[in-house]
Amino acid sequence: MAVADASIGGDRSRLRVNPYFVLVAPLLVLLLFLYVWPMAQVFWISISDPEFGLQNYEKLISNRGILKMLHTTFEVCAITTALAMFFGYIVAYAMVHVSDRHRTWMLLFILVPFWVSVLARAFSWLMLLHDNGMVNDLLRAWGITDEPVQLVRNQLGVYIGMVHYMIPYAILPLYAGMRAIDPRCIAAARGLGAGPFEAFWRVFLPLSLPGLIGAGVLVFILTLGFFVTPAILGGGKTIMVAEYISVQILQTIRWGIGSMLAVTLLFIVLALLAVMSRAVDLRSMFGAK
Amino acid sequence: MRSDRYTWRFVLILILAWTVLLYLFLPIFVAAPISLTPDRYLLMPRGEYSFRHYENLFTNPKWLNSIWQSVVIAVCATTIAVVTGTLAAVGIWRLASRFGEAVRAFILLPMIVPSIVSALAFFRIFADLGLLDTMPGVILAHSILAVPYVVITVSTSLAGFDLKLEQAARNLGASMRQTIRYVILPNIMPGVLSGAIFAFILSWDEIVVTLFVSRLTVFTLPRRMWDGIRDQADPTIAACATTLILLTFATILMYLIFQRHNASRAKLQRA
Repeated sequence: MAVADASIGGDRSRLRVNPYFVLVAPLLVLLLFLYVWPMAQVFWISISDPEFGLQNYEKLISNRGILKMLHTTFEVCAITTALAMFFGYIVAYAMVHVSDRHRTWMLLFILVPFWVSVLARAFSWLMLLHDNGMVNDLLRAWGITDEPVQLVRNQLGVYIGMVHYMIPYAILPLYAGMRAIDPRCIAAARGLGAGPFEAFWRVFLPLSLPGLIGAGVLVFILTLGFFVTPAILGGGKTIMVAEYISVQILQTIRWGIGSMLAVTLLFIVLALLAVMSRAVDLRSMFGAK
Repeated sequence: MRSDRYTWRFVLILILAWTVLLYLFLPIFVAAPISLTPDRYLLMPRGEYSFRHYENLFTNPKWLNSIWQSVVIAVCATTIAVVTGTLAAVGIWRLASRFGEAVRAFILLPMIVPSIVSALAFFRIFADLGLLDTMPGVILAHSILAVPYVVITVSTSLAGFDLKLEQAARNLGASMRQTIRYVILPNIMPGVLSGAIFAFILSWDEIVVTLFVSRLTVFTLPRRMWDGIRDQADPTIAACATTLILLTFATILMYLIFQRHNASRAKLQRA
């Protein structure tokens, strides 16, 4: 703050620096030095370890293990996103059509799980779904199965945990988008002879499409970087990109491949954001205004 | 849509929606009963209950140390994130230019970048600076990850703040420091507080970056849970998870009360 005052006290016409820039400076310095600079280093490693060139990136199309892992990642992310959007859409749709009091209760049921520690949630799912967990106990008690059903430590477990994590992220932007739809449009469609389903399909759904795309890309981006849930619920069988990178860096110490995958992941995320910014106003999603 | 509200179609949608919401809530109820098991294994208690795992959580030096470290890290990281983030948000708001918007996008990066990528960057720079496995290292990393949330909540508050008030203060001779302290800050306090809550929860719960930048000296609570879940079946984890869930409930409740209090105060002021 002392610096800030000094710059105002000085000759402003000569300095020509907006004094408010001084307020941004501490954070900018912190970010540049501790975040952007090492990020650049990671990028450099990806093209120089073990030797200079693009051979690390070439592994994206030639290395079988990496290809398989990428395939798993995209498959899990796409299915998770589709399921989370579907369930999220139903909840958001219900939320715009219920009374205020009802909506507050729904919001509570969304926000509490949303804020609960990701580790506590993964742990709880593990407890619910393992061979002697509550779900299997119920299945046996009801005589549906004799043998425990493998619900966790496989891809199914990853889906259950990840869809659970992503649904609130789908609901909140979808709900915000749907609330902006003028209900008179639907009433007009009905008045002009459309059935309830037709009014939804041809009026409500298209009007909610920007929110749907925005939320979908957001959810997909978040699933791409997932680490905790697949690592715990996948039981080492469903390796996604984040866990793969961590193994490269912490266990096999292959910085070249690890940093290459990190850079690739970052570029995909930024590219998707760029696509999304065409469909939705990013500034409103990130609270700029 | 009003006419459709009580049709069977809408009832069906409501049933589906509440099924989804129950799925969201399901894991919330699981940890608590398991944490009360008298066994040394992660099993549902059958008739007998015990608080021994809570006792372990709050007396075992390992768990206590982790709780203490997590609290210190979260408090320090929140402080750094709130101070730098609030100042930056005010700066950008006042700059109100293309340049300001570019800076904002830049500041939001740590929120957009997948945490595994951030983890690599921190691992790299902290190795060079000798900050690996130190408290300052973890604190700095968490501050940077939390800053975007503070900038967002404070910016939202600033959007509802009349720029003329700031100009009036400056015209009446207040320095920039005085203007921020006596005019801007009191008005954006709700945003600053929400930002602080976000930052605290983020740091308190952070695991991916922490896995990379800490090893033995620093062993946060999420780190201990992570090891516990993956390696052994210690019911203390259930006690810990239950405690975290209860804390979440308490925080949300406090936040709702705080918001209601603010809303009623705003109503009084308008009246």
